[in-house]
Amino acid sequence: MSEPSCKSPRTPAWLSWFIGRLGYGLLTAWVISLVVFIATQALPSDPARVILGPDAPLESILTLQHQLGLDQPILWQYLRWFGSALSGDLGESLDSNAPVSDILWGRLGYTLVLLTGVILVVVPAALALGVALALRRDSRLDRWSLSLLIFLKATPGFLLAIGLVLLFSMPHMDWLPAVSILDPDQSLLRQLKFLVLPVLALSLTALPYLTRMVRAAMIEALDSDYVVAARLRGIPYRRIVWGHTLPNALVPAIQGVALTLRTLIGGAVLAEVIFSYPGIGTALNAAIQMRDLPMIQAIVLVITLAVVLINLLADLLTVLLTPKLRTARRVTMIQRNRRGITPWWRRSRGDA
Amino acid sequence: MNEPQIRNGALVTALVIAFALLGPWLAPQGSTDMVGPVYGAPTGSAWLGYDFLGHDVLSRLLNGGLSVLWMSVAAASIALAIGSTLGLLAGLSRRRLDQLITWSADVSLAFPDLILVLLIVSMLGRAPWLIVLTVSIAFIPGVIRLARASAVAVAGQEFVEAAQMMGYSRRRILFKEILPNILTPLLVHFGNMLTWGVGMLSGLSFLGYGVAPPTADWGLMINENQAGLLVQPWAVLAPAILIGVFAYGTNILAEGIGRRSARMGDKQP
Repeated sequence: MSEPSCKSPRTPAWLSWFIGRLGYGLLTAWVISLVVFIATQALPSDPARVILGPDAPLESILTLQHQLGLDQPILWQYLRWFGSALSGDLGESLDSNAPVSDILWGRLGYTLVLLTGVILVVVPAALALGVALALRRDSRLDRWSLSLLIFLKATPGFLLAIGLVLLFSMPHMDWLPAVSILDPDQSLLRQLKFLVLPVLALSLTALPYLTRMVRAAMIEALDSDYVVAARLRGIPYRRIVWGHTLPNALVPAIQGVALTLRTLIGGAVLAEVIFSYPGIGTALNAAIQMRDLPMIQAIVLVITLAVVLINLLADLLTVLLTPKLRTARRVTMIQRNRRGITPWWRRSRGDA
Repeated sequence: MNEPQIRNGALVTALVIAFALLGPWLAPQGSTDMVGPVYGAPTGSAWLGYDFLGHDVLSRLLNGGLSVLWMSVAAASIALAIGSTLGLLAGLSRRRLDQLITWSADVSLAFPDLILVLLIVSMLGRAPWLIVLTVSIAFIPGVIRLARASAVAVAGQEFVEAAQMMGYSRRRILFKEILPNILTPLLVHFGNMLTWGVGMLSGLSFLGYGVAPPTADWGLMINENQAGLLVQPWAVLAPAILIGVFAYGTNILAEGIGRRSARMGDKQP
């Protein structure tokens, strides 16, 4: 009776951390929207001139600037853009005069399918390979695989993609299309063969980092005391590996996947252009070449928000999967000085 | 230097740099002279054949390395200088400034590298120094985080506390105690940045945002000759291989340095 908090359903300990983290993510997202807007709008590129062409008379440009609201203060323009972006209206594309959000959602779906495919390929492959290499540490297989992974890691992604095109567009290997010209009327699931090469190209760029991360985490887990203890108790090695060390090695892999997704989104732009895949990357490339400002703003905004969201989810999963962090009242991911001596650079002026 | 990876990496990197530096003198033809048939096959006088306008591929190859290489080295160096300064500042200053710098780095990390570079280059134009600056801006947040993390880790160790208690000046602690100890991870990161930089710069040229067309440039060559991939693969393959080899060399070098420092760390108790 003296502790009512035990009777009522307690809020999980990590919730306060999550609320703070969510606020941090929202703040970041807002600053990003500001940066994107200023970077595209305040820089010397005049949408009115883009629409009317270089030879348009000054008067009509001024009129159009007035119509588009471009002659108003930049802060007001930002507020208007931000307000309508919040309600889902991202303006009209200067190039095709269609609402940006309509074009964007279609393209976004294709890119999401592509990235999902890559994750579905890379994560199991990296896990299997990483665990296998960690178990055969320093063997010949391990060393050769690591060399191959270093080679894959070093090769720029678009070169890998071109290499794949070269390999599969040869006359004797025409069972995979080198260019993904999708039929928009058909479901993507019926056109899976167009996905194979883009997914493969992106998977190869993402594989080395994740595999090496899993391998390192597995080696560290296999060297720990609890594995020795489990072996001394006679628990089968297979069970130790899959039941005890792998779950521990998975936690750093979550952050690895988040980081991989961030680089993948950048790499996807190049891969989509190479394979003419109708995703968000080709849309960005086309928008930049057409100087289609609303489109560029919307795409960059969506991509950066996706990255913020991915990081948020990765942090949440990390906390939920680590019992020590999950039950802690205060989650600090920063290491403290072991002996608690405050270095001079942390001291405030008063302490001396 | 007993680490074979460092030796091989340095050798490969130096070879590609020598190729790019000496190339302009060795080129048999001018890089913009149309001397042969469009997509002409390799012959005795043109070992790598001709490209989409009939330029000699070998001559363009010899002329086209310098731009990618100096730009990636410059971008990585600028990023290293600014990023490590900011990172050290963040790691070793009071909390307010630390939070501000770390948070700014976090915000800019939300932009995928290539997207940020594309955004800036498309808005401001494609002058070479601008591209270099842009790529280095994309790299800076990573350097800041690395430098800050390493500095915080080193600053918590006994020898720094000892130096602090012995009353050494801040400048001395920073330059004699902390900086030498975070140099290795920064150097490894520098090698990685060279790898990424070459990939990003050639990718930019490939997308058509890099060096302007008539100039010879490895990334641009890949873009220009992509249509003739099946007729005259050498016009695409040769620059692609050189870009790949340079990226591989710098990466091996970085791996080697990292591995050697890990090994030395093992020996020291």
